[in-house]
Amino acid sequence: MADRPVPLAEKRLMDVKLGQLPSWLGTRDFTPNGLIGSVRRGYDRYYNKYINVKKGGIGGVAMILVGYVALSYLWEYDHIKHDRWRKYH
Amino acid sequence: MLSRLVLVSGSALKNSGSFGACVVQASRSLHSSSQSLAPVPPLPEKGGKVRHGIFPEELFTLLYPKTGVTGPYVLGTGLLLYLLSKEIYVINHETFAAASIGAVIIYGIKKFGPNVAAFADKLNEEKVAKAQEVKELAITSLAQAIEDEKKEQWRAEGRQMLFDAKRNNVAMLLEINYRERLHMVTNEVKKRLNYQVELQNMQRRMEQEHMVNWVEQNVIKSITPQQEKESIAKCISDLKALAKATQARATV
Repeated sequence: MADRPVPLAEKRLMDVKLGQLPSWLGTRDFTPNGLIGSVRRGYDRYYNKYINVKKGGIGGVAMILVGYVALSYLWEYDHIKHDRWRKYH
Repeated sequence: MLSRLVLVSGSALKNSGSFGACVVQASRSLHSSSQSLAPVPPLPEKGGKVRHGIFPEELFTLLYPKTGVTGPYVLGTGLLLYLLSKEIYVINHETFAAASIGAVIIYGIKKFGPNVAAFADKLNEEKVAKAQEVKELAITSLAQAIEDEKKEQWRAEGRQMLFDAKRNNVAMLLEINYRERLHMVTNEVKKRLNYQVELQNMQRRMEQEHMVNWVEQNVIKSITPQQEKESIAKCISDLKALAKATQARATV
């Protein structure tokens, strides 16, 4: 389904083959501007897919909240570790 | 439907509707890309599908070829058991709190979800209707302006006829004036010529009369007194003879 060979730098992450991953990572832009740009792009994609629609559902906001819950659990894990029921698993 | 509320409340804060956000998005990409994005494409009807409210449909479609319909559920169960057994997810007082809150949230969403969705949809509809009204008004007023303009053009064409009529009038006036002057000229010339003719006539008459008078006077002067006496005597004798002749005729 390739209409023309796309250079590696322009490929999206899902289209990159496993072996090309390190070289693909090398082409990515890790400057602060680039990071902010990628965050902005990610936000735009999520927003346009789940929220900026005529009949959006609960999913758009719920996924954000679940992600927030999971992330905050992850950050608190070192503190929650002490509530474990058994010492050896 | 909560995202619909997000849109509506966000619009209330930003004082611009979802179209505003969309327009902002579009304008942002307008500035960066060279293609023109007007008219702005309409919003998609439905967002990306999400199952059970938190799992995007892409996960299910990803696993479907290999594991069928139950694949993601089995994956979920296995993950859950692993997290619980290894106590990566620890059950403590917070679990209970999270469970109760989750139950309340899910109950609330199931019960009031459609109502809130309908309300947000109604708000959106009103906004769209208002914008549509403005557009309709603008279109009708512009169409009216077009009609008026066409009428004015037709009127301007009619003015040509007016000019023609006026031109005809002026030509007629000029013609009349010209003919009047012609008549005046002929009259004046005729009068002058008549005068000359009368003058000549009078001259001839005067000469005639003068000649006659002169001849008469000369003749009278030439009659001597003796001739006058002789002519008177002759007239008397003629008269006597005539009287005798008539007397004689009367008696006979």
